[in-house]
Amino acid sequence: MKRTTITLFALLAGLGMANAETVAPADVTYEDGAIAQSLTGVAGNPTEGAKVISTKSLGNCVACHEITDLADVPFHGEVGPLLDGAGDRWSEAELRGIVANAKMMFEGSMMPSFYKTDGFIRLGNAYTGKAHEGEVEPLLTAQQIEDVVAYLMTLQ
Amino acid sequence: MKKFHGIAALVAASFTGAAIATADENAELVINGDIEIVTKTAAPAHLSDALDEVMSGWRFRSDQTQSMQMDDFDNPGMLGAENGAEIWATADGTEGKSCADCHGAPEEMAGVKAVYPKWNEEAGEVRTLQMQVNDCRENRMGAEPWGYDKSDAIDVEALLASVSRGMPVNVAIDGPAQEAWEKGKEIYYTRFGQLELSCANCHEDNYGNMIRADHLSQGQINGFPTYRLKNTKLNGAHSRFKGCIRDTRAETFSPGSPEFVALELYVASRGNGLSVEGPSVRN
Ligand code: HEC
Ligand code: HEC
Ligand code: HEC
Repeated sequence: MKRTTITLFALLAGLGMANAETVAPADVTYEDGAIAQSLTGVAGNPTEGAKVISTKSLGNCVACHEITDLADVPFHGEVGPLLDGAGDRWSEAELRGIVANAKMMFEGSMMPSFYKTDGFIRLGNAYTGKAHEGEVEPLLTAQQIEDVVAYLMTLQ
Repeated sequence: MKKFHGIAALVAASFTGAAIATADENAELVINGDIEIVTKTAAPAHLSDALDEVMSGWRFRSDQTQSMQMDDFDNPGMLGAENGAEIWATADGTEGKSCADCHGAPEEMAGVKAVYPKWNEEAGEVRTLQMQVNDCRENRMGAEPWGYDKSDAIDVEALLASVSRGMPVNVAIDGPAQEAWEKGKEIYYTRFGQLELSCANCHEDNYGNMIRADHLSQGQINGFPTYRLKNTKLNGAHSRFKGCIRDTRAETFSPGSPEFVALELYVASRGNGLSVEGPSVRN
């Protein structure tokens, strides 16, 4: 039952990727660090966003940020600020910009750029320590970025 | 000044419902009730614009891990040093010589580990301790060189570290070593991989902070070789560098590579003034 929903979701996400409305990482326009336009045109799913934020192999945002709402996820880091109230402090466009490429908002930020595919030094093949070959995938898909932003907007 | 988040870490631990064993950052290390180890001291001059104090990774480990290093009988890394002592006394190679035949007792080498990596005038290069040992093996013993950070090499390095324990790390960074040192420094501040993180991002800007379940230290190497509870063996500094760079989703460098030799010199120099404490225990 659960598996079907996940597969269906993956399928939809896949379709979203292929959708003409998906903005590729290189085509994103930032204004003062914010991205006004949705990357996919498909509304983000906050439940999926929370999953991306807390899963090590996905966003792993909790490695650096504490989020009270996700207290049941073990081990929140303290490298970045507490994200409680992020949806109050920032607009949706600003959050999209921060998650896609935080260095546009915060110069020299330690926060990784989750929707960027170029400009890396010695890019590896995931966590193998070997050199990357072929096309570069961003850390998160366009729809995952939208899902994360939708979740952050619930942190009011 | 660095901000510390010891209290924040404790709060986070209780709030996530999982017990993260936080370190007592004020504990002092005395080994066997005898060897006093400097685990915190003023930063060396070349580092003073970045850090006020340098601290050994020992300070950031849990009480239990800390105490394993206070007595050689509890320190699993000492088994490696013991094996190193056996290798030291055993003849090898076409010359039929052992390390002891030329160097005497291991204790004769007290102080050597503290000044490596070091410029070798004859060879015209900066050498790590392992490179120097391999030079003796190949050119004085007629023996095969050991693989970099492999068990024999690490065990002998642990032996040589153990006889220098308590002595201040004091690697030279000027003169002919300066070029390699500059190269190591550049690597230290380069933001590698898809996560675009440098050594400094984690170990200079965020030591004392938690990154997920890990309590970040300054990434010092005065305690190497280090016995890690995680992989239950002695680990070389280059292997640790390799792992840290791999974790940034980067193409890493290899143990023994010129990049890691330079990086070892630079990182060692960041710990000038701390005591040699290898073989240490870490998680
Ligand atoms: C390696 C550390 C790291 C990771 C991983 C990370 N961040 Fe951040 N983040 C930071 C830091 C540091 C800042 C503070 C901005 C600055 O000054 O650099 C920040 C800032 C932010 C902010 C703005 C802070 C506020 O509330 O005012 C948001 C929102 C944010 N991050 C969300 C995320 C999300 C979502 C993810 C995962 C998809 C993530 N971060 C992953 C380090 C990180
Ligand atoms: C045939 C003689 C000989 C043998 C055998 C030998 N060495 Fe050496 N070793 C030397 C000489 C000569 C030097 C250079 C002079 C010096 O620094 O003592 C040296 C230098 C060193 C140094 C650097 C000392 C310093 O102060 O910089 C180390 C470390 C070392 N040897 C370790 C070993 C180890 C470990 C072995 C066995 C695996 C070994 N040597 C076997 C002769 C030998
Ligand atoms: C993403 C964060 C991160 C980056 C980037 C990183 N490290 Fe680490 N490093 C860690 C963590 C986590 C540990 C284990 C806990 C600790 O000792 O800090 C560690 C441990 C170490 C240790 C062992 C310290 C000890 O006392 O045993 C050394 C040495 C080290 N790192 C050096 C480096 C160097 C050199 C670089 C850059 C080439 C680097 N690290 C980059 C996270 C990082």
